Amino acid sequence: MSRQYLKSAEVPFEKITAKTFPKGPDSLASGHRACQGCGEVLALRLLVKALGRDFMAVSATGCMEVCTSPFPQSAWEMPWLHVAFENAAAVASGVDAGNSILRKKGKLPDKRIPVVAFGGDGGTADIGIQALSGAMERYHENFTYVCLDNEAYMNTGIQRSSATPFGASTTTSPAGKLSKGQNTWKKDMPAIAAAHKIPYVATASPAFHLDMMNKIRRAAAIPGPAYIHVYAPCPTGWRMKPELSVESSRLAVNSRVFPLYEIIDGQYIINRKVDKPVPVAEYFKAQGRFRHLTEEDIAQITERVNQEYEHLVKLSETFNEPRY
Amino acid sequence: MSVTDSTKPVGIEVSLAMAEAVKLAEAEVVAAYPITPQTHIVEHLSDLVANGELEAAYIPVESEQSALSACIGSSAAGARTFTATSSQGLMYMAEMVFIAPMLRVPIVMAVANRAISGPINIWNDHSDIMSVRDCGWIQIFAENGQEATDLSIISFRIAEDKNVMMPFILNIDGFTLSHFIEPIVFPEAAKVKKFLPPYETTHKLDLAKPMSMGLLGAPEYYAESKKATDNALLGSKPYVQKAFDEYAAIFGRQYKLVETYRMEGAETAIVAMGSIAETAMTAVDEMREAGEKVGLVRLRLWRPFPVEEFRAAVRGVKTLAVVDRHFTPGFPEGPVATEIRALMYHEDDRPRMSNFILGLGGRDVPRNHFKYVVEKAKDLGAAGRQGQYEMVGVQE
Amino acid sequence: MSKTKISMEGAVKAGELPLGFAARPGSTRNFKTGDWRSARPVLDREKCIYCGFCYIYCPDGVYQDMGPEEKYYKADLDYCKGCGVCAQECPKNCIQMLVEEV
Repeated sequence: MSRQYLKSAEVPFEKITAKTFPKGPDSLASGHRACQGCGEVLALRLLVKALGRDFMAVSATGCMEVCTSPFPQSAWEMPWLHVAFENAAAVASGVDAGNSILRKKGKLPDKRIPVVAFGGDGGTADIGIQALSGAMERYHENFTYVCLDNEAYMNTGIQRSSATPFGASTTTSPAGKLSKGQNTWKKDMPAIAAAHKIPYVATASPAFHLDMMNKIRRAAAIPGPAYIHVYAPCPTGWRMKPELSVESSRLAVNSRVFPLYEIIDGQYIINRKVDKPVPVAEYFKAQGRFRHLTEEDIAQITERVNQEYEHLVKLSETFNEPRY
Repeated sequence: MSVTDSTKPVGIEVSLAMAEAVKLAEAEVVAAYPITPQTHIVEHLSDLVANGELEAAYIPVESEQSALSACIGSSAAGARTFTATSSQGLMYMAEMVFIAPMLRVPIVMAVANRAISGPINIWNDHSDIMSVRDCGWIQIFAENGQEATDLSIISFRIAEDKNVMMPFILNIDGFTLSHFIEPIVFPEAAKVKKFLPPYETTHKLDLAKPMSMGLLGAPEYYAESKKATDNALLGSKPYVQKAFDEYAAIFGRQYKLVETYRMEGAETAIVAMGSIAETAMTAVDEMREAGEKVGLVRLRLWRPFPVEEFRAAVRGVKTLAVVDRHFTPGFPEGPVATEIRALMYHEDDRPRMSNFILGLGGRDVPRNHFKYVVEKAKDLGAAGRQGQYEMVGVQE
Repeated sequence: MSKTKISMEGAVKAGELPLGFAARPGSTRNFKTGDWRSARPVLDREKCIYCGFCYIYCPDGVYQDMGPEEKYYKADLDYCKGCGVCAQECPKNCIQMLVEEV
């Protein structure tokens, strides 16, 4: 069957390779106040590096917003706007509407301006899900939303969110005599985004930096809304050594805990097949948030991880009707 | 042909007239969420956009929270931006309402004033706007359809003035003004263009000159940032009057920060805001005919409060009957009365003052309620007393 | 008039604040985070293959490309927080984290 129906996959964009890696100055300046070894600010730095400076950024309240914008300083090199916690998607949709009408009226050059909103997992999967759903459904032409998922409310002190994985101990899902930590399974945000039938959804990890950087380039190039769910290790909140944030990103992918895939025009595509997964225990080992789990608990989690991965493989092998 | 092309008064619902005025103002982005009684304004705007009469982006957002968020985004992008809301909608967007002034984004928002829940009630009072009184926006109350129409244009001029750059709330009473059909004279489109040139600003998200907006204000900056915003709000007052004067010079309709009606030699003054002032004027006429020395003072501008103008308007008055359309649970007075009492406290020759809560949740306010409050205030004043917090006509 | 002298805690005058409490792009560079560090990366240039992973994976963007002639990346210690990601990710193990004396 022809795959040319993947219209959005055909949208050209300048691909980054190891050789063409943008070596110029970062678009996110040093001097930000992120913790030592912060995997979230690393992901953010690489994402905005991939886009350069010809775009507009919107942030939800959260670690990345606070640590990059203490008045009178800002780490952002491109036009940047922060309003509140739950509304980054709505703010970005307004920026895009403003840009678009000004462009239409000839008040701005006739050139697309990507608008990229960044939120944490709380700002995306919990408090911001309504604004995000609205923005995706309204189909703003130059809208990209990036969820930087460190799997809890880190900025307020490591409280659980709906993106916290099963078994993780947080300050509001603590492990205890009667508790194994978080007792719910991680909310499937990419599937929720895909349910809006937007042209582009992807997961990405800073350990696979070229894959991640090309995904945001593609997201910005494709007309219509895009959603990228980025794995963002938090050494502070995960009780992990700061030097391990990239290694934990790698292990999350290689253990199938955080698979890398795209959903282009409704079609699932796995970017990195993991046929021989690293044991989930290996991924858990460095992180204090999982330290209380027994072998039995980890076996239960592994079973679920494998089920979800197999489901993803099935989806990627299924022809999905194009959704234009 | 559009209704706004007519040189004669047009009978039109006030909400629709306001939408037509926003069209004349050439708003570029409208983001709004349906809520009664504001909906007719944005329905009509979306119609104007759909028919090509207004070149704008209409964003049908999924909530008021997103409505004002999107407006902040589009205004920060440099587009002339309008929204409208009411009651629960204003409550739901309250967080963003307080953020917009700090960002200095000149959004214009019409608030069709409605009671807030609970119990749920869709009818008019001022409890919505008074609940966000301290949000830092310029706040103005229109009395009738013509004024609401004119102010829908003037508000952009004030908000976007380079010396102002503040968001602007235009209050109209829900139903009792928003849904009335009134004869409206529309300002001529060509003249509106002259009065209100296209919005141009350097204070925006600009690829050529990037800046960061919405920063964290640590303790060593927060108070100064609040002071700066308040200075901007207080400093906007002369530009409000300037815009009124320039509008009058072009269109012939003169507005003031504080309106007075039959205040010549008045010993008692009713103080009111919004559309019930129309009823109050009729009541004043009747009382004047009966020999009562009574007048009406109407606050058009609510924030920044026109302190000197108000004091001048009530100078020499012995008794004030202050009308509130909202009350402050747990405190024996409504917000308007509290503020006026605080202002008058500094006057050597201050009047006796009584406070009356009228028309909560759409309760009818007939003329004789104004007669009642004047008599009551006078009696209390003559006895050397200050009347506080009477909900007129409420069954105890 | 009050005789009590009070300290003025504000870092700037309200009247001198930029419109909208805005900031210039990239201005966090004025804030040196290097003093957070307790260990600094030391590169063995003999072993370095100029792969750029230290540059790519540094969360703080402190590495600078010294160019094809010098063939290495140099950490700007004004900003390096000493997290050690570069040392961990170096495929040739040529970066050591040297504990700094306080």
